[in-house]
Amino acid sequence: MAIKERMSGNEAVSYAIRQVNPDVMPAFPITPSTEIPQMVSTYIANGEMDTEFIPVESEHSSMSAAIGAEAAGARSLTATSSAGLALMWEELLLAASNRLPLVLTLVNRTLSGPININCDHSDGMGARDTGWIQIYAENNQEAYDNFIQAYPIAEDTRVHLPVMICQDGFITSHAVENIELLEDDKVKNFVGEYEPEEFLLNPGKPIAVGPYSVSNYAMEAKKNQEIAMENSKEVILEIAKKFKDMAGREYGLFEEYKTQDADYIMLIMGSAAGTAKQAVDELREQGKKVGVLKLRVFRPFPAKEIAEALKNCKAAAIMDRCESYNGNGGPLGSEVTAGLFYHKVNIEAVNYIYGLAGRDFTISDVNSVFAELEDMVVNGKEVEQHKYIRLR
Amino acid sequence: MRTDITKINEKTPHDRLTEGLMVFNGGTSKLFKTGEWRTNTPVFHADLCKQCLLCAPVCPDGSIPVKDSKRLEFDMDHCKGCGICANVCPFGAIEMKEGNI
Repeated sequence: MAIKERMSGNEAVSYAIRQVNPDVMPAFPITPSTEIPQMVSTYIANGEMDTEFIPVESEHSSMSAAIGAEAAGARSLTATSSAGLALMWEELLLAASNRLPLVLTLVNRTLSGPININCDHSDGMGARDTGWIQIYAENNQEAYDNFIQAYPIAEDTRVHLPVMICQDGFITSHAVENIELLEDDKVKNFVGEYEPEEFLLNPGKPIAVGPYSVSNYAMEAKKNQEIAMENSKEVILEIAKKFKDMAGREYGLFEEYKTQDADYIMLIMGSAAGTAKQAVDELREQGKKVGVLKLRVFRPFPAKEIAEALKNCKAAAIMDRCESYNGNGGPLGSEVTAGLFYHKVNIEAVNYIYGLAGRDFTISDVNSVFAELEDMVVNGKEVEQHKYIRLR
Repeated sequence: MRTDITKINEKTPHDRLTEGLMVFNGGTSKLFKTGEWRTNTPVFHADLCKQCLLCAPVCPDGSIPVKDSKRLEFDMDHCKGCGICANVCPFGAIEMKEGNI
């Protein structure tokens, strides 16, 4: 029987961490993820888990320590946000190239500047080419469920890549919602014990991790890493199926909400998908054929699957909670349209930028976007690409 | 997964390399002959050497082998010609010459 509770996103992830009880957690506090190491420390102090918590002096150190612990053979974990993730940048790439299946719980917050502590996806998107798997949550339930699936994905021998479990700062991390928790033994059985084949603290079987690689080898290593990222797609789906069998909740690479017959689809990631779904429910009552494609797995990027899902609509709104500063749109705007082009899906697509640095994004904003798409298709209205929603 | 890395070379295809280029052995740096990077070369004058052994511990590459309390010739496969040994030698028994000799 599921345990009915109410929790914030940070509480939910911390609760999942207690249940998984990883071996080592180095962490450094940064808003809005600070509560995660704080709550885990409390669990440890109360004797409810026996993870080795390492208070470090920076995020550069927390990711370095997590890499060292994981290479040594310990299941490792850290948490961060925003500038903390930026300070880990060099190590993020090493964690992936050394093929270490560690997990980072990211609470998405904007990157400076201007300095600001609120939600957008610029931290996670900044790390999009570091070789990490990235899974985004709409709400607290998904943040909890995604964390439980993280190690089984990362540690699969077809993958061996680090996983970033992302949730929206404050909106998800601090807002308390109803949640269904799983029993401790169910979670422990699902995640299992970590039994690496090769690790540093393995007497009589010496290894070297992350050796210098000359040009004759480095390119091949990068290709192997890329193949592992491609492989992770099927592993993510397999783990999601096992999770559904255990918990009853279904996950995929993305969720298609009322898109089956939709003329207009909004592609969106994170907590704002909930807002978009509410707007879709209301518009459906007015007879509008609208739907939401909520992207869950951003890395690996499911370009082909998205193209397939969007091919029958008349127009798609691609929503970016991040600016790319490339003069041509946000990260999703670039990658989704590239995916549509490569898979020969020739629909209308408009890229919008919303919610930067905690700017509100409401049902009326979603309504306006859908109205604009319809105006474009039906009346031939010229629509501005890469438009900022709620810009003064 | 454990692969004999001595069987891997610069012609090995990507799918036969180790994961993350992990090396399954200890002390494998000996196989990597870094001496070819050398642009200056130390020359050992055994007749001037008093076997004080100040040179051996300061070598950053462990390229001055010591046996039975006596230093031997340089390990030129790994010496990078930094000249620290020549600098600490009180007896002028190590002379630095230009080029990779």
